Amino acid sequence: MVRVVLRRLVQLAVTLIALTTLVFFWLRSLPGGPVDALLGERATPQTRELLTRALGYDQPIWVQYGRFLKNVVTGNFGNSIRTGEPVIDVISRSFPATIELALAAIVIAIGLGIPLGYLAARHRGRLLDNATIIVTLVGISIPIFFLGYLLKDWLTQGLHLFPPSGRISTGMDNTDVTGFFVLDGLLTRELDASADALWHLVLPALTLATIPLAIIIRITRASVLDVLDEDYIRTADAKGLRSPTVRKRHVLRNALLPVVTIIGLQTGALLAGAVLTEKVYNWGGLGTLITDSIGGSRDYPVLQALILLAAAVFVVVNLLVDLSYAIIDPRVRVR
Amino acid sequence: MRASRMRATRFRAVIAAGAVATLMIGLAGCADSDRDNGGGEGSSSGGTFIFAGAGDPKNFDPIFNDDGESFRPIRQMYDTLVTHKPGTAELVGGLAESWENDATGKVWTFKLRQNVKFHDGTPLDAAAVCANFDRWYTMKGEAAQSQMIYYQDVFGGFEGSPDAVYDNCKAQDASTAVVTMKKYKGAFPGAFALTAFSIVSPEAVKKYDGNTVTQNGDSFAYSAFANEHPTGTGAFTYGGWNKATGEITLTKNPDYWGDKAKVDKMIIKIIKDENTRKQELRAGTVQAIDFPAPADRKALAGEGYKVLDRPAFNILYLGINQKNPKLRDLRVRQAIAYALNRAQLVQTKGPGGAAVADQFLPDTVLGYAPDVQKYEYNVDKAKQLLSEAGATGLTLNFYYPTEVTRPYMPNPQEIFTVLANDLQAAGIKINGVPRPWNGGFKDDVQQFGKQDLHILGWTGDYNDPGNFVGTFFGRAKPEFGDDAMTEMFSAIGKADATVDEAGKKAAFEQVNRDLATKWLPAVPIWHAPPALATAKNVEGLVPSPLTAETFNSVSLTK
Repeated sequence: MVRVVLRRLVQLAVTLIALTTLVFFWLRSLPGGPVDALLGERATPQTRELLTRALGYDQPIWVQYGRFLKNVVTGNFGNSIRTGEPVIDVISRSFPATIELALAAIVIAIGLGIPLGYLAARHRGRLLDNATIIVTLVGISIPIFFLGYLLKDWLTQGLHLFPPSGRISTGMDNTDVTGFFVLDGLLTRELDASADALWHLVLPALTLATIPLAIIIRITRASVLDVLDEDYIRTADAKGLRSPTVRKRHVLRNALLPVVTIIGLQTGALLAGAVLTEKVYNWGGLGTLITDSIGGSRDYPVLQALILLAAAVFVVVNLLVDLSYAIIDPRVRVR
Repeated sequence: MRASRMRATRFRAVIAAGAVATLMIGLAGCADSDRDNGGGEGSSSGGTFIFAGAGDPKNFDPIFNDDGESFRPIRQMYDTLVTHKPGTAELVGGLAESWENDATGKVWTFKLRQNVKFHDGTPLDAAAVCANFDRWYTMKGEAAQSQMIYYQDVFGGFEGSPDAVYDNCKAQDASTAVVTMKKYKGAFPGAFALTAFSIVSPEAVKKYDGNTVTQNGDSFAYSAFANEHPTGTGAFTYGGWNKATGEITLTKNPDYWGDKAKVDKMIIKIIKDENTRKQELRAGTVQAIDFPAPADRKALAGEGYKVLDRPAFNILYLGINQKNPKLRDLRVRQAIAYALNRAQLVQTKGPGGAAVADQFLPDTVLGYAPDVQKYEYNVDKAKQLLSEAGATGLTLNFYYPTEVTRPYMPNPQEIFTVLANDLQAAGIKINGVPRPWNGGFKDDVQQFGKQDLHILGWTGDYNDPGNFVGTFFGRAKPEFGDDAMTEMFSAIGKADATVDEAGKKAAFEQVNRDLATKWLPAVPIWHAPPALATAKNVEGLVPSPLTAETFNSVSLTK
């Protein structure tokens, strides 16, 4: 187990170094750049020259690369071109927003997905099963962007059931402790703020959960069906083991392995989905940060750090998935 | 048997629990759906006014900014020496009650208002004004200087630079500041009203290290003054910027020298997506939004929202790059002008209130000539001119930007399509080249001049013809391609250097006539008023042609 973790950590380091280099040179090969973004439409050629010099863009690319590497190694990702704040501050502010959203989406996807998938399998071929299959098909096919706007149009305009965007009502006092607004409200006993943040979380989380939910339902259903057909279930039944015990101890437990894999893989998809969901709901998280940093401003420092962070998260999540295999299925530990 | 049934029930309950928990989240939310957001208080004054802006500000030190989103909060916290009469581009007194310049045009004398105080309690006097001028001129470091985009543009450069326009500022007495320039510059007095040249508290700059801008990696870090302690004389004081929620809070300044704010607090909420801004307005969670989409304006107005047009102070043009030898022939450029059905474009794609432009500045600006040659849509004439010039079968690369909307160009792709169709109808083959705004368009067009044709435009910064035609055509630029248009450069230069106002007016009128008939480096397309939309209960918001609204006049009614 320790060896697995160590090997993964080495993999992580190599991945990050390779990505760093790739990102650095890729960003600089793009047309336009921070100088343009910072200058706007009114700059004179003199200002352009001043800025190019001030940023060190007049130096050879390998000098810039060296400076960048040195900064990264010392943990300095520089300041955001767009806002002038340290990149670490920008990211650590957006990170909890995305995690809060992704966690809520995962809770919805797992909380609904596993039971529904299980029930569909248990009622194979019946109305519930057929309905589930159709609903999940729609869920997988519908573009997040469209679904987001649809939900918003139905539930925020006219009905006013939910707020259209943002993480908390404008002007609401909330104390920032962890950056997770729902949690912060609980920690500081500002229950009003916590409920308000939760209220804002519902639609974006539902939107983001749709695809993983549909996938989890389908995988759970298929997996449960497979297990139900296995000989050992028949044996267990034949031995007279009561049905609920079989289901709990054998069916669900054995069926969960592929589901956990999918949950791990969906984490990456969640982050990608968050980009669109955040845009629709003006959710100030990493997704928004990515689009803002690429779009108008070519915010190199933020982009570089974000890509490294995304890679690190991905590797770590997959490591956790592998470790959870070992917990669910002891045979995996032998590897 | 009973035990196993119980286990089965418990198991089902566990499975159901997940589903229920998830639904609970929804229900918890519903219960709060009619929450009050602290908005209108039902009276004609007081309360919180929430305005949805379209982007993040950079920081709150006026001199280091050049964009509208930074200027919006800055304008509420600071004042300029000269300002604009609300709703117009007409110059009126700001911190200076009056101003005059001498016969040489180089010496400007400002009579300051009495008893004006900065938010930190220090007095606004001539010494403070001079400290501002001196601060800009003597700013040290490439990092800081490179961010003073308006200063470089208007004042030519910094201490030690041969192009610097500023010479010195003397406090004649407490309320008289005399600013001397090295040479006359046509941009003044209009440029004194630029938000970038807002007067800041010298004490606060000193206390919070306002002149320190440091480079870090690929960007800059600003001082505590710029980020946390903006200190001006404005109608609102700084109340904080919550970056996690994208809210800038401004609080009423009870000691304001001018018309005190009618609301107690205002929040600028940053919502980048125009569709979301509209939905927030409809949901009642914000009371005003900037730049509603042209397509939404009718619907919003129909629902009872107030759609306020800013008088158009901008121009969209079709640029023609004379690096292409075919385009050096005036007849070809005129053919392009005749080929465009601009009236139809305005009707089909223009935001409400847009008007066909026949010169490169709005009619409210000095030097606008009503009698310039107008190119009415005439496709036969276009074909005839092309044939006379031996340019039949001409193929042109037409660059247009993507991933961007500008106040003068809400829908670049659609504008391109219509213009390209018009040109094709006249027999010019168009090769459309879309480029991301910051990912190639500005570089290719303005730096490298790769295009034959392009669409671009401008919103005026201050009321001066030089800020329009001078910016576009006052010097050789890759955008228009021909360095040999010296007659045009010198005519504009001369007009800009005319101190006498009547002379300046006549000179710029002639420039505008010649631009249409002799030079035609581009074809003016339209002036498009960018809009604001507000809820019914918002009173007193006066849209500014310069998008320079101040919100002290805003009140909320029931």
